Amino acid sequence: MNTMSEKVDDRQEIENLLPWHAAGTLSRRDAERVERALASDQELARRFELVREELAETIHLNESLGAPSARAMEKLFAAIDAEGAVKRKPGFAFDLRTRVSEFFSAFAPRTLAYASGVAALVILLQAGVIGDLALNKPAKTSELASVDLKVKSVDFFVIFSPQISTEQLTNFLHDNKAKIVDGPKGGATYQVRFEADGSPQDEIARLKKVMEAQPKVVRSELEVGH
Amino acid sequence: MSANQATSDEVLIGRIAKGDRLAMQVLFARHHVRVYRFVLRLVGNPTTAEDLISDVFLDVWRQAEKFEGRSAVSTWMLAIARFKALSALRKRPDEELDEKTAETIEDASDNPEVALEKKDKSAVLRQCLEKLSLEHREIVDLVYYHEKSVEEVAEIVGIPENTVKTRLFYARKKLAELLQAAGVERGWP
Repeated sequence: MNTMSEKVDDRQEIENLLPWHAAGTLSRRDAERVERALASDQELARRFELVREELAETIHLNESLGAPSARAMEKLFAAIDAEGAVKRKPGFAFDLRTRVSEFFSAFAPRTLAYASGVAALVILLQAGVIGDLALNKPAKTSELASVDLKVKSVDFFVIFSPQISTEQLTNFLHDNKAKIVDGPKGGATYQVRFEADGSPQDEIARLKKVMEAQPKVVRSELEVGH
Repeated sequence: MSANQATSDEVLIGRIAKGDRLAMQVLFARHHVRVYRFVLRLVGNPTTAEDLISDVFLDVWRQAEKFEGRSAVSTWMLAIARFKALSALRKRPDEELDEKTAETIEDASDNPEVALEKKDKSAVLRQCLEKLSLEHREIVDLVYYHEKSVEEVAEIVGIPENTVKTRLFYARKKLAELLQAAGVERGWP
């Protein structure tokens, strides 16, 4: 009795899959299962033909609905252009944001959380000692000296090492005449401003070397665009 | 949809997330007709459907950064489209809905009885497909026309996979009843 009931259930289950089999969207395993049932069950095969009729006419019906006018596209791109002017920064600024996001996205959240905790503490200390975070506008680019193309500062996006201590971070900032000007962004990315006195390229290269030489302090860095 | 196209759609979404307008144009060109037809079958009004697909693709533009690739891009878009279509329908009074829907149902062929007299069984079947309820219509379209799997339909409609199967079964049963009423006996169910 149970066997009979199971057979009926199995047949119903197979029958329920016929529309997807006709549309070709079943997994290979299910498709083979349906194929076996169709080969041995004439009534099921007859019903499959009904499904195929329905499939054909549903396609016919939908294809007869035509297509939208150009108005839909015009409206969409007018809206996109209107938004783009406000929300999406063109050119380098946007590319930089994407670059930064991709660059730092590989790091584990737990790692970022620890490093950001230490850095947040340092920001508070920094605020007490330097006292200028609230007064200075967070700069997005370095300040260019007027004529000789020297820069007075260079900004980097930095993720600090998860093992870093407050003391190490404070020393790092002090030794390199740096301060945290923004962050954390995306969990643990900080914008750090270094004092500089050379061409942007030279200063960026110099500071990269400095940071790369201290893996226990800096896990990753990326210069902010100039 | 081929696996290649699904992958390619994901690449486009990645570019759209970076603000690539051209990628948006490609995605729109690739999918807007099907999304339009899906919406049109739900709301029954071409002007409303056009407005809605603009909104759907604008959402894609805005949300591309949040797309996680857990489903095909087309599945994601159809889910957005469905939500917007149902929201639009809820805003319309029932009378207006019925009237508008009736206005826009294509009458390319004769009514079922007349069509049957002409021995046009296919036309009768299409007439009956148009008479299905919104709930049945959408599931039939998703499976037969939009080629969505059980899992994908479940995601778009927001129901369990087993419910997807039983709902399509009942949609087909209702279709058989409509056909029978129009004089077409299929011997099922």
